[in-house]
Amino acid sequence: MPIGHPKSQIRTRGFNHESMNFKGMDIVSIRDLSQEQIEHVLEYSEKMIPYARGDAGMKPLDGKILATLFFEPSTRTRMSFESAMMRLGGSITDLGIPSMSSISKGESLADTIRMVEVYSDIIVIRHPREGAARLAARFSSKPVINAGDGAGQHPTQTLLDLFTIKRIKKDFDKLKVVMVGDLKYGRTAHSLAEALASFGVELTFVAPSTLQMPKETVKQVEKAGCKPKLTNHLEETIADADVLYVTRIQKERFPDLAEYQKVAGTYRVDRKLLREAKSDLIVMHPLPRVDEIDPEVDTTQHAKYFEQAFNGVPVRMALLNLVLGGEL
Amino acid sequence: MREFKVTPIRNGTVIDHIDCGMALKVLRIIGMRNGSNVQSPVSVLMHVPSHKDGWKDVVKVEDRELDPREVDKIALIAPKATINIIREFNVAEKYNVKMPERVVGKARCSNPNCITNQNEPVEPEFVVESKNPPVLRCIYCDRQVDDIAENLL
Repeated sequence: MPIGHPKSQIRTRGFNHESMNFKGMDIVSIRDLSQEQIEHVLEYSEKMIPYARGDAGMKPLDGKILATLFFEPSTRTRMSFESAMMRLGGSITDLGIPSMSSISKGESLADTIRMVEVYSDIIVIRHPREGAARLAARFSSKPVINAGDGAGQHPTQTLLDLFTIKRIKKDFDKLKVVMVGDLKYGRTAHSLAEALASFGVELTFVAPSTLQMPKETVKQVEKAGCKPKLTNHLEETIADADVLYVTRIQKERFPDLAEYQKVAGTYRVDRKLLREAKSDLIVMHPLPRVDEIDPEVDTTQHAKYFEQAFNGVPVRMALLNLVLGGEL
Repeated sequence: MREFKVTPIRNGTVIDHIDCGMALKVLRIIGMRNGSNVQSPVSVLMHVPSHKDGWKDVVKVEDRELDPREVDKIALIAPKATINIIREFNVAEKYNVKMPERVVGKARCSNPNCITNQNEPVEPEFVVESKNPPVLRCIYCDRQVDDIAENLL
């Protein structure tokens, strides 16, 4: 395809449910991946662990360049993508702070992408507007990975969440997963719920009624054969939970500050709450946390959120290597 | 069934089997708004009996045949509508509107934070999830369009 020409139709390059060929594929939504492909990514991520830790070295992506375009602040996602690329022997070029670049001069995202794609082999994008990554994928002949588009999708977070659960619990079947916090605006919550439902877990959604899981997501979860419980009482759900997935109530997603103040601090996971929990309950959080998990939980056997943050590296290494066709 | 008290038209278009209550939105699609330069009569029948569906709306536009883009838009809000082209009091052509698999450039995404509502060089594009009732999903932000009639371009 000539440089700078939009693809005529939205499609996922190299998308092939039958063969596990990820080369050249865009990863914009978790729905771009079949269940088999998700399982393959999780298995492949496991192989990446020693390299992600720096215990072993390899350079399958030597000479390849990852372009990072973060139009919104990010710490974990950005650093783990960068770390993943470097662990694979590749290099990084960064857009920099949008206010300091051509974006501040009014350049369209489409034009930015046309420029960035000629400088790199793969693009990772985070953007405040929903659909931005899909648009980027349309204008780029290089693969695009979505690192979060507004309140939309964040597929690599979903994959690393699934990976964390699988690593610790070994199997998804019949696991009882409780998701708590901002389930309305939290972009990680929707795609994780849908993915977990397709793996046969039992889901409970705990949120104030104004922040409960959107009907559309509940419908998707039900379509996958799961009948989720919806409640606003966290205490009632903790006793038989296997996984407690906590999300931050995100101030930046509220159109109205007064609405935020009404619900901020509704739930707090602390040692007292966890006294009622099973000994092997795991507590997860996509981070950053504010006050929804008491720091006293960090030293309990339940706390897995820092391990979860580390898992971003092997999972993103797996995706980068699969999409760029690196040899292991 | 009672006869409609609207005279047959000599030349023009009869849009029949419009979903009840949608006639005024059909008028908007075909450009009948305040201040439009309409030189021929337009008749609107609302909530009239239908053999097929109980009740329907009908719009008759004299001396005008619709262009395909207008017909495609009518399909999005009145998926059961039929278009009758009238020439010299006879039905010269009759066809049902057709809901496509994809809708490109005919409606905007109702999500104000969708990238297609910014200054980007793309036409809004939707997958048709259901033809009747029409349900469109934005291929960019993955949201369903809330009110198609209000978001037609």
